[in-house]
Amino acid sequence: MGSWKGERVSKAYLGVDVGSISTKAVALDSGGEVLARSYLWTEGNPVRAVKNVLAEVEEQVDGTGAEIVAVGTTGSARQLTGAILGAQVVKNEITSHAVGTLSRHSDVQTIFEIGGQDSKIIIVRDGVPVDYAMNTLCAAGTGSFLSSQARRIGVPVEEFGEYALRSKRATKIAGRCTVFAESDLVHKAQIGHAVEDIIAGLCNAIVGNYLNNVGKGKEILAPIVFQGGVSKNVGVVHAFEQATGHEVMVDEDGHLMGSLGVALVARDSGGEAPFSFAVRDVAFETVGEECGGCPNECEVVLVLREGEVLDGWGNRCPRGMERVAERLGVSKVTVTSAG
Amino acid sequence: MGVNLAQVEGAYKVSFPHMGNYCIPVRTLAEPLECEIVTPPKMTRRTLELGARHSPEFVCVPFKYNLGNYIEALDIGANLLIQAGGGCRFGYYAEVQEAILRDLGYQFGMVRLLGGFDLREHIRDFRAVNPRLTLWRALKAYRVALRQTKALDQVEELMRKNAGFEVEDGAFERIHKRFLAELDKAREIRVIEDIERRYLAEMASVPIERPDDMLRVGIVGELYVLMEPFSNYFVEKELARRGVEVHRFVTVSHMVENAGKHKDAYLRRMIELADPYLKYHVGADGTESVAMTHKLMRDGFDGVLHLKPFGCMPEVNAMAALQRLSREHTFPVLFISYDEQTSETGLATRLDAFCDMLRMRKGKPSR
Ligand code: SF4
Ligand code: SF4
Repeated sequence: MGSWKGERVSKAYLGVDVGSISTKAVALDSGGEVLARSYLWTEGNPVRAVKNVLAEVEEQVDGTGAEIVAVGTTGSARQLTGAILGAQVVKNEITSHAVGTLSRHSDVQTIFEIGGQDSKIIIVRDGVPVDYAMNTLCAAGTGSFLSSQARRIGVPVEEFGEYALRSKRATKIAGRCTVFAESDLVHKAQIGHAVEDIIAGLCNAIVGNYLNNVGKGKEILAPIVFQGGVSKNVGVVHAFEQATGHEVMVDEDGHLMGSLGVALVARDSGGEAPFSFAVRDVAFETVGEECGGCPNECEVVLVLREGEVLDGWGNRCPRGMERVAERLGVSKVTVTSAG
Repeated sequence: MGVNLAQVEGAYKVSFPHMGNYCIPVRTLAEPLECEIVTPPKMTRRTLELGARHSPEFVCVPFKYNLGNYIEALDIGANLLIQAGGGCRFGYYAEVQEAILRDLGYQFGMVRLLGGFDLREHIRDFRAVNPRLTLWRALKAYRVALRQTKALDQVEELMRKNAGFEVEDGAFERIHKRFLAELDKAREIRVIEDIERRYLAEMASVPIERPDDMLRVGIVGELYVLMEPFSNYFVEKELARRGVEVHRFVTVSHMVENAGKHKDAYLRRMIELADPYLKYHVGADGTESVAMTHKLMRDGFDGVLHLKPFGCMPEVNAMAALQRLSREHTFPVLFISYDEQTSETGLATRLDAFCDMLRMRKGKPSR
């Protein structure tokens, strides 16, 4: 009916990547071209963040004649987001990043990623990931370390790159651990090291820490692609190039690679279902409660949609969901975990 | 001599640490003591918390689980604890655990089986508890326990290889439960053989569907985390859920077969298999981890999981060799280190990524 104007509805694929710091979304057409992109802070509220990125994506997709037919989610809140959006695909961040990066750089052999709170490395050979590692424990190798140090020095983190590039002789900073690095930095500043040298030293410390932790024992071959929030920092890029002796590429959509990858996986999964942006108007709520059914003390999380159980996880046995749902007085669990 | 009975008051109530389903043969083995047998409560988070709270910080998780089992067993009335020795630090477990438990105010006796699989030493230790114990009785219990162990290992191996492909959810687990219950009651070799045969047949007839992108993965590493599913966060089940056929060499049957007079030949074979990645033994199970990974690779497996307790030195030594093997042959090895802080969700993410990676390598789309 609606096609009398000659416009055709084309298929589009939504990928949403919800991390603890930022939430990212892209919509792709069937050729993998980006129709819409959004990047916002999660601010501790993944449900709201997802709704907000959806609003931005809807605005950009509107009028292109594209319609979302499949959804993929990734990131630390992938399960929750998958439940809310009725996603066809819920994928871990490693696979999503590898698929996304490979779609842009088919010859990549090493993927570095440093985000706000974690970092990872993916080794690729012949277009296939063969090894990976991730670090979620040590803050010294992540973006949050850089921004906290920026505050200490009084230079905005966005300007770090330029400062670092101006340095002739980077200050050596013990980068093994946040606590050491901080006190070392204070000390070096007090004995009169120049700000640009200290900043260059910080970039080196991040890189050294990264290569010695997540990169340990890995064979790092070019082409190298560097992504995640910290890849926007030219100082760190430069430090990586010096440490590895290779050119380090940064994609302008580097921060979106996870969402891009999972949108592609959703496309290739073949599963399709109608999707409506109106999901933004639905009230979702998550409740976490200890089951208490046995000494395992499982932390059960339930996702409620308009007060009804949509999904849940964290239980080590089926009793957990039922117990918690009953206690909260919400209607019986009908859907099982989205995996 | 590893027996200390000074503090036991009243009748003996014997207990032991858990490992997988081996509590079944262990109970058989303990029966000639002619006293009440107290099986520790099922492993839960509480077991580990209790164990970790009272352990020195630096010890590996098997120590903490064992200690947790002891505390939970003592709390329900046990007063005589059995500890098996072997391995590296494992050899010192019993003394330290005994001291910790006494500091906590528990009164109990301890039997340390330090002789590995040396039957004569076990009998000597057991006679300290039950002087009436005849050689014949002990031998019979030993034979029955061994046969139960073998049946257990056979059936569970079949399960590891097939449970991931069951058409009906939980089919294997239901049969497995019935199997354990029957095996637990059997005390005659003939009966055990019959149980084994019947259950192997029943499991073999469970409808399964092996997909085209089926994966075959081996698991190697430190023996306790390999054999105690709770301590490895049920990694075999988790792999099965992801459509993986799981292979594991290390079982108690395997250990018994290669102990005693076969030990030297076995170790030589392991070193040969580990060549060129290891030249010398690296202690405990480390050499086997390298040897078996090498074999699994040559047998065409898709990848290997290496499991170890955090800080386990023999396995840390093995890792360097495994990393080299993995790099030189682009053979995927996933390293998992367990301590009481290991996060279940983090592990799930890594397993997902690993399986995706193996599937992409096979040229099949990830699912
Ligand atoms: S969900 Fe099951 S295993 Fe977890 S605490 Fe409740 S009863 Fe225990
Ligand atoms: S082999 Fe490893 S886990 Fe076992 S006692 Fe030794 S260090 Fe601990």
